[in-house]
Amino acid sequence: MRGVTKEFHGNRVLNRVNLDVRPGEIHGLVGENGAGKSTLMNILFGMPVIRETGGFQGEVFLGGQQVHVKSPFEAMSLGVGMVHQEFMLLPGFNVTENIKLNREATRPNLVSRLAGERLRTLDVPPMRADARAAIDRLGLEIDEWLPVAGMPVGHMQFVEIAREIDKTGIRLLVFDEPTAVLTESEAAQMLGALKRLTAAGVGVLLITHRLEEVLEVADRITVLRDGEVVATRAPAETSLEQLAELMVGRKVERGGLPARAREPGPEDRILQVRRLTVQMPGERVRGIDLDVYRGEILGIGGLAGHGKVGIANGIMGLYPATGEISKDGRQLTPGRPREALAAGLAFLSEDRRGVGLLLDESLELNMALTAMQVKGAFLRPNPALPALSLRDERAVRSFAERMIKELDIRCRGPEQVVRRLSGGNQQKVCVARALALEPDLLLVSEPTRGIDVGAKSLVLDLLVRLNRDLGMTIIMTSSELVELQKICDRIALVYGGRLAGILPPEAPAAEFGLTMAGKRKEAS
Amino acid sequence: MDVRGSLSRFAQGVGIPRLLIGLFLVFLFVVAYIQKLPMAMLLNGALVRTAMNGILVLAMVPTIQAGVGLNFGLPVGVVCGLVGALLAMEHNLRGFTGFGTALAIGIPLAAVAGLLYGQLLNRVKGQEMMVGTYVGFSVVAGMSVFWLLGPFRNPEMIWVVGGSGLRYTLTLSNHYGHVLNQALNFRLLGVLIPGGLVLFYLSFCLLMAVFLRTRVGMAMSAAGSNPAFAAASGISVDNMRLLAVVLSTVLGAVGIVVYAQSFGFLQLYVAPMFMAFPSVAAILIGGASTRRASVLNVIVGALLFHTMLATALPVTRTLMEGDISEVARIIVSNGMILYALTRGRGGN
Amino acid sequence: MALSRQPAARRIQSDVLGIVRQNAVPLLFLALGLAGVLATGMNPYFLANETINRLARNSFLVLSLLIPVTAGLGLNFGIVLGAMAGQAALIAVTHWRIPGLSGLGLALALCTPLAVGLGWFAGMILNRAKGREMITSMILGFFMNGVYQLVFLFLVGTAIPMRNPAMLLTQGVGLRNTQDLELIRWSLDRLVYWRVSGFSFPVLTLLAGAALCAVLMFLARTKLGQDFRAVGQDMHVAEVAGINVDRTRIIAVIISTTLAAWGQVIFLQNIGTLNTYNSHEQVGMFAIAALLVGGATVARATVANALVGTFLFHLLFIVSPFAGQRLLGQPQVGEYFRVFVAYGVIAVALGLHAWQKRQQVLRALARDKLAAAEVSGD
Repeated sequence: MRGVTKEFHGNRVLNRVNLDVRPGEIHGLVGENGAGKSTLMNILFGMPVIRETGGFQGEVFLGGQQVHVKSPFEAMSLGVGMVHQEFMLLPGFNVTENIKLNREATRPNLVSRLAGERLRTLDVPPMRADARAAIDRLGLEIDEWLPVAGMPVGHMQFVEIAREIDKTGIRLLVFDEPTAVLTESEAAQMLGALKRLTAAGVGVLLITHRLEEVLEVADRITVLRDGEVVATRAPAETSLEQLAELMVGRKVERGGLPARAREPGPEDRILQVRRLTVQMPGERVRGIDLDVYRGEILGIGGLAGHGKVGIANGIMGLYPATGEISKDGRQLTPGRPREALAAGLAFLSEDRRGVGLLLDESLELNMALTAMQVKGAFLRPNPALPALSLRDERAVRSFAERMIKELDIRCRGPEQVVRRLSGGNQQKVCVARALALEPDLLLVSEPTRGIDVGAKSLVLDLLVRLNRDLGMTIIMTSSELVELQKICDRIALVYGGRLAGILPPEAPAAEFGLTMAGKRKEAS
Repeated sequence: MDVRGSLSRFAQGVGIPRLLIGLFLVFLFVVAYIQKLPMAMLLNGALVRTAMNGILVLAMVPTIQAGVGLNFGLPVGVVCGLVGALLAMEHNLRGFTGFGTALAIGIPLAAVAGLLYGQLLNRVKGQEMMVGTYVGFSVVAGMSVFWLLGPFRNPEMIWVVGGSGLRYTLTLSNHYGHVLNQALNFRLLGVLIPGGLVLFYLSFCLLMAVFLRTRVGMAMSAAGSNPAFAAASGISVDNMRLLAVVLSTVLGAVGIVVYAQSFGFLQLYVAPMFMAFPSVAAILIGGASTRRASVLNVIVGALLFHTMLATALPVTRTLMEGDISEVARIIVSNGMILYALTRGRGGN
Repeated sequence: MALSRQPAARRIQSDVLGIVRQNAVPLLFLALGLAGVLATGMNPYFLANETINRLARNSFLVLSLLIPVTAGLGLNFGIVLGAMAGQAALIAVTHWRIPGLSGLGLALALCTPLAVGLGWFAGMILNRAKGREMITSMILGFFMNGVYQLVFLFLVGTAIPMRNPAMLLTQGVGLRNTQDLELIRWSLDRLVYWRVSGFSFPVLTLLAGAALCAVLMFLARTKLGQDFRAVGQDMHVAEVAGINVDRTRIIAVIISTTLAAWGQVIFLQNIGTLNTYNSHEQVGMFAIAALLVGGATVARATVANALVGTFLFHLLFIVSPFAGQRLLGQPQVGEYFRVFVAYGVIAVALGLHAWQKRQQVLRALARDKLAAAEVSGD
């Protein structure tokens, strides 16, 4: 791939990226979330999403010839395969049927000669033999006739790979986080299988967050940061520390933050979390202790899948959780959103459109509804039947108008449906909804995700204002380390569902990288 | 002025189904005028029919709003209303006493039945419509056994031969038939307006509209439009769905009593089986979707659909033999439901 | 020896328990049916002949439901459309007065293109209502019933030139409520008719059912059958693997509708009269109830489920009015009871399926969330 550049809505996510994979090579691709890895792969596979957003600049060569891949199917026929993170297997089929899915061996029969190829009989023995051969190439002990349902996750991953290598003429295989769901021994087995594949001349592109893995198996490693290739190294030329530093990169200037009347300190704890575990799928938290001081902005960072998003969701009670959470010394029952809201917590979800908004309702209703339910605000008193008190249209309207003005929400008025607002303005509606609750502790998850570059800093400024002017304590979770470094007082980093360390925002980049990669064990 | 543009904007605003049915209605009335049918009577018939069916249509609002979807299990409420109506009749209660007693028995029964039915629906999220349809069918079939074996003794109600088992159709004229229809009637421009019936129907609409603006009502709507949002706002989504099903079932019970007194007969056995379908069709015609509905959708939909049904029969009878309006009802109502089901994604 | 025998006995016991648990529904209905038989003390010859007869005439319709279940469309209430096609063909054949086997053959030939067309239409509609195919197919049945009535009640004799006083209503427009199918009655049943010591077998009708079973089993072993299974399990995975999901689903519906049309023709040649406006209405419901009684679910149905279910459901159907008469002095109670059973079985099966599916969806949701977190990270 040569000089690949891609813009989303004027936002440059890839800038002149060069990447080459040689036959028989394992090429590691590492980078933080948002570095552009997925976009690069989408271009390689000709995903429709690229065309719909205006295509890309640059060229793609395969075996020395320039190719214009227009669909994933075309990529497949060119010999480029992908092993998905999300399993593409049918649980009711056995291993052979899955490997040969839609590429079944058939033989003609009387009916098919008359009525067409689709009525050919399945020819099971060659299918089985092919499947066996593919599994053997991976060096594996799996029965090719076993049903997939109930298999260990690791084996499913292998079946998936076997399917890719069974396709004739496979030249390049892309693995997206292949070991993320595997146990340690399975991961070792998998990496062994990769080496075996390359011995047969297949090129492998390995995308992963586990740096020690790439160092172990890759022949070369490319580091992507902010849509640019910052380095391509052989493992012998580099080290874990260096890779981590390359990934995280630049120094952030923290200038321009207004000062506080009184700096927050450990003597005044607003929230105390002990042994918190959260059953949030994909973002499991496995036991975290955390103290939050009144008046501070605490950042929570870490790589995707390591549980950073789970913490705030667990504290708010949106997913099943265990452990102790106490706000101002008062215990909260885990798993009860209402209790958390009533205790003065408010939450801006990372899933803004899914959890944070009623997309087909008006701005004003979105802002007022939660406060109505939790605190009985914006209602006309009905002492006899409080549940049936009517909404106070005038109070709702005046609050909405005030918020539109103060937060500078660009809209046609308080009655506009929020679906049509831009991402930044939707986020402001969420902020207004949180403010209606008059919280003293605000939890914010991925506040700038899906927001235009220009609007990002506005959202961050808003958070700083809430903190400095209203004295609100803020816990901000973000995949973008730069953001955390910009406005947070302390940054807690998680790894594997546990706290890996708490760093000051000025800490050196290498230290952030190592902590996020789980390589720095230190009590917080 | 861009005439075509503004026309298409108008069509979009009103909605194609409403426009088509509206035009069809205009056509029907023009034919009726040409054929010199008594307009006053046609209009009266349309009003009566709209108001007597309206509460059954209104019963769709809570379940749609709460995300349960179209309540095809409406017969659950209907049979509760029928039990109330039968008990009032069994004890020979007449006039408003009979009507009131029917409601007083039917409503609590429906609340309990709705609670059970709602709990079932909470366990089958995503398939409520299909499960609801067949729960409704089974309840109607199961109650048929009860109509045969139940302890009813009033000779006006049971089979003459055999001395037990309720008849298929019971006449209410000696009991509380037409009590609402005969109350507060007045004439407006020569048209007899069934004041009591319309008032009763509209007051239920008003109550529903007010309820949807209360704290609980808004929580219920939020649970339907985005369950994740509702849960994050401290709302118990399952309880709101339960409440919606109870409300809908109770309205089903009230609706059938109002319907029966206006019709003048209680229809038992398989008659309630398909009670939900015209109501579903009416609210969809009124502009509701499987996920959003308002009281306005009810009022518009009931008026259009039932006016069409009430006028189509006398009008087509002047043009051709046979009852084509029944066929039109089947095609229009099921076509409307089909349209709603195949339009837009969703379900979860 | 003595030591090893006991575990063996226990193993057999647990095997038996497992079989009972896996076949709870058919066994329950077997018990109900047998209890009914014992309570009424029916003539065993009458019972057996009636059961054979009903098995012969109904199994085709029940079997027509299998492929949509495999292809993930659930229970196809839309087989009503096929039944209508079959009836339309029979009406035409009756009008032309073509008797016997040739009449039957012509009816089968006529209904086929009609059923294929209707099946294609139904498949298109159902592809637009993924995730709620069953309710949509049911409403589609109601809708097409309206169209059917429009055609045969109002267009016949007006737009469709047909003058046949024996079939039309007195005013010359619209078909009568019942049509006499005497001309083709038993043309298949009695072509080869064995009577063995008091039992009678409509051999060819039974053979037709058996042939269909064989065809369905053959189909399961072809590429098309494999695609049905793949699409039925996970449309997304099938699509990614390059299978044309929508087209495969339409083919499934077309096959089902066509088989239902043939099934209805076979059914009506046995009955001998056509209830012009009612014969098709209950076809879907009774076939589906029979399939479910045989232990099928919304997601899994086999030939054995269909045959066992048809047998058990009709056993109950024959017995319940007699049982109602004998036990409660009212045959009607039994009649309503069997309707209740039919609807109840469907309701319970749908409820169970929806509950299981929900668990699946929750798991899938968890999977999607993980993927979504990764994708939107970039």
